Amino acid sequence: MISRLFHRFVEHIDAFLMACLLFTLLASLFILYSASGQSFERVYAHGINTAVALSVLWVVANIPPNQLERIALPLYLLGVILLIGVALFGTISHGARRWLNVGIIHIQPSEIMRIALPMMLAWYFAKREGKPKPSHFAFAGLLLAIPVVLIMKQPDLGTSLLITASGFFILFLAGLNWKFLLGAATLLASLSPVFWSMLHDYQRRRIEILFDPTQDPLGAGYHTIQAIIAIGSGGSAGKGWLNGTQTQLDFLPERTTDFIFAVFSEEFGFLGNMLLLGLFSLIIIRGLMIASQAQSTFSRLLAGSITLTFFTYAFVNMGMVSGILPVVGVPLPLISYGGTSMVMLCLSFGILMSIHTHKKLVAT
Amino acid sequence: MGAELRNYLHEQYYFRLRLGFTALVVISLFALLASRFYYLQVKQYNHYQTLAENNRISLIPIAPNRGLILDKNGVVLAHNFFVYTLEITPAKIKDLEATIAEISQFVEISPLDRKRFNRLRQESRNFESVPIRTHLNEVEAAKFAVNHFRFPGVEIKSRLFRHYPLGKLGSHMVGYIGRINDKDLADLEKSGDLSNYKGSDHIGKSGLEQFYERQLHGTTGFQQVEVDADGHAVRVLSSNAPIPGDNLILSADSKLQEIAETAFGDRRGALVAINPKTGEVLSYVSQPTFDPNLFVGGIDTENWKLLNDSLDKPLINRPLRGIYPPGSTFKPFVALAGLEAGKRMPPFSIHDAGYFSFPNSRHRYRDWKPSGHGIVDMQRAITISCDTFFYGLAMELGIEKLTSFVRHFGFGRKSDFDLKGEIEGLLPTPEWKMRRFKQPWYPGETVIVGIGQGYTLVTPLQLAQATSILANNGVAMKPHLVAQIQNSLTGKRHISPPVVQDKITLNPDNMDIVRRGMVDVTLPGGTAASIGANAGYSIAAKTGTAQVIGIKQNEKYNEHTINERHRDHALFIAFAPAEDPKIALAVIVENGGHGGSAAGPIARKVMDYYLLGKLPIAEAAKIEVKIPINATGNAPATTPRLVPEEELYD
Repeated sequence: MISRLFHRFVEHIDAFLMACLLFTLLASLFILYSASGQSFERVYAHGINTAVALSVLWVVANIPPNQLERIALPLYLLGVILLIGVALFGTISHGARRWLNVGIIHIQPSEIMRIALPMMLAWYFAKREGKPKPSHFAFAGLLLAIPVVLIMKQPDLGTSLLITASGFFILFLAGLNWKFLLGAATLLASLSPVFWSMLHDYQRRRIEILFDPTQDPLGAGYHTIQAIIAIGSGGSAGKGWLNGTQTQLDFLPERTTDFIFAVFSEEFGFLGNMLLLGLFSLIIIRGLMIASQAQSTFSRLLAGSITLTFFTYAFVNMGMVSGILPVVGVPLPLISYGGTSMVMLCLSFGILMSIHTHKKLVAT
Repeated sequence: MGAELRNYLHEQYYFRLRLGFTALVVISLFALLASRFYYLQVKQYNHYQTLAENNRISLIPIAPNRGLILDKNGVVLAHNFFVYTLEITPAKIKDLEATIAEISQFVEISPLDRKRFNRLRQESRNFESVPIRTHLNEVEAAKFAVNHFRFPGVEIKSRLFRHYPLGKLGSHMVGYIGRINDKDLADLEKSGDLSNYKGSDHIGKSGLEQFYERQLHGTTGFQQVEVDADGHAVRVLSSNAPIPGDNLILSADSKLQEIAETAFGDRRGALVAINPKTGEVLSYVSQPTFDPNLFVGGIDTENWKLLNDSLDKPLINRPLRGIYPPGSTFKPFVALAGLEAGKRMPPFSIHDAGYFSFPNSRHRYRDWKPSGHGIVDMQRAITISCDTFFYGLAMELGIEKLTSFVRHFGFGRKSDFDLKGEIEGLLPTPEWKMRRFKQPWYPGETVIVGIGQGYTLVTPLQLAQATSILANNGVAMKPHLVAQIQNSLTGKRHISPPVVQDKITLNPDNMDIVRRGMVDVTLPGGTAASIGANAGYSIAAKTGTAQVIGIKQNEKYNEHTINERHRDHALFIAFAPAEDPKIALAVIVENGGHGGSAAGPIARKVMDYYLLGKLPIAEAAKIEVKIPINATGNAPATTPRLVPEEELYD
């Protein structure tokens, strides 16, 4: 009886993926304890966030993909309406208009879009029978552009870029023409000097600092410089948990959120980094496998996009903290402190598991 | 069925191909990250290890010296000097009151210091240090330094202060700097200049100090300092020197400024004088003025109240933000509009019976002279300021033609001046009235625009600029205060070139009629005959009065029975020498009565000094030699003097 109940409980959970996730989440509690200056309250709050996120994961994993497919369009429309609502009535905080006050709660519609947009595009291509035509890609591009432009206007460049990426992955996996891709890339590359010459001096200077933080050690470059020192000084085996000087002596800014990777790196060194990269790789490989085995167009496109978006978050965050990418506000998935992003992430993993565990037998 | 399945397998095959490609991309990008980590953590480990070990190294910003502001002859209007200040970091102190009481045993702290401290404290964050006393002398600084150990959280700092040696003189032009507040910080963050202000406490708040903030501020340098466990600097590792700000050299002359301001006495008003050929502003007066030095260290509440609540409104920048009806000074421009439209050409003349009225209407638009001026042609109409003549001319031209013509003289639009906050003034049109009042335009309103009344409003700067454009035969030069910007390191000067803003082609014959009419104003028989007497050069001028309160149809205006603040504003515009103008100006004396007698003499003194180098004889004795005295006696070493005594009593 109990074993039946247990079986029912884990029926739609992918054991391998879940193991990787739980291990990473557990590690994140320890990293956060160190990063927050040994604050139990922070760790407790993070634990609550994690519990909520895992419950969401379980619930979503139990929803069959065809039902998800059915809500793709309404969810997308809701998201767009809310984004328009934000543009018109949103509350402003820190110079950006991102939140919508609906009665008692504040919601951030761009977070909904993170999952609604890939679902919408996957649904759209699933509806087109056979090989998609260029006009389908053009329309899909429009569906992608609407929320991206709205989010960019808020302004929230980081989120809009990542949402663009998640939509682009769907287009790519749906078979966007190679020639078109190459052409667009060449066009962008050849136009960039023109854009560059159109910029004001101070705008150019900002971009230069973005790529070379040492030019502005007191301003925008400070974060990156301190983060690189933290990573480099970690050495091959790290300074040990709670022993990172950069972290514990307050040199690292934003160290519980966007720059938490520097904390990890300083205290666990090159070996720790390889372990984390390995863990992330396992998650990504599992996600790609799920995508490749998925049975419907909708689920395979969605699974592919979710996995690659996870990769993009991880790569952009580690890249910016280690100084090979410009600083854009992107958290490290599964590790950074922050409730909303944790819940959205686990929700997307719930979808992956749902796709994998709701397969029907197909005659081959 | 079979085809569908084939299709499905086909689709899946291509999907997996693409997925495989992305897997390759993932692997190579993660490999890139891994190699970056290898580079930082294994290869460069020693380097970063050292950096982290020495991360007690701190970066200390070094604020640049702010650029100087000099007049055309190099007289200093704004400069910097170091002072010792005693500063408290509230976050580090338990009992603030007790600490201040204890400090005052060593260093005198006045109630005013306390008030300013409280105000600044509210404006700054708890962990920032706030000055409790400024301008400590050597003895006070030494006294405190000996007892420093008793006061953690209280420090003596050496700060760069701004000083305006000439005090009240030209303060609306020079402006002042003040402590950076939250709004300034937000603006700096928006413009991306925040890191350049890491070491700065002050920023331009008004006048040229505000407009040329970018040029004056300079670039902040920084020093890498190794600090010991207590946070004290042990040695300098590397340093990047700050680049001082540029100096501003004005086209105005402080001596001329002093003469102009003194000429106003204690009356309120404004004067702007421009070189019509270049647009250089020669004098820029707003009366009364204020002492900008009060604002530098943060103004105390008492002085602030005194300035802000004064009925005379000394803080208002009148040339830029004071709006007045132009009155009769508008007439030369209306005259030119008429002549250029082919109306009232000589030998045309009217018979003025003292009023203008529409056919079939009993409403009379009265002339200022009840009995009328008799036979009047265009030139004489300007000279004697005949209202009746201009009522009819405005009517015949129509409001659209009139306003579109005089707009070329800068009325109703901003002049793109190098001070912030300029007001547009108002050149009324029927569309404007419909928008503003939802009412149609009445012909009677056109009539009174002809004599500069009605809705028409100008700023003194606009009026001066219009006069300057008239003097320059319709060519509008962009007005500016700063003539040169000097790199303070190389001494190289960038000269602001004259810029043509607008150009209207005028018939020289028409210009001649207007000019002759205006010259006659300052000759016997004109409305300002006394202004031209014994001048030694010819002055083209026009007087004006602007009503402050409305006069009813059958009422008479009696200057003596009216409250001083309700008296007419006196206006005066002039350019000289009339045949080759070198200076054009506008003067407004608030509630001064008649333009010729109240505003004219001020203009004459300014022109006399500018053209002939002549000091006003009657006033010469009254011009005080102002040697700037610093409140605490800590006067800077190089104190420029304004008017040398020996020259005064020549």
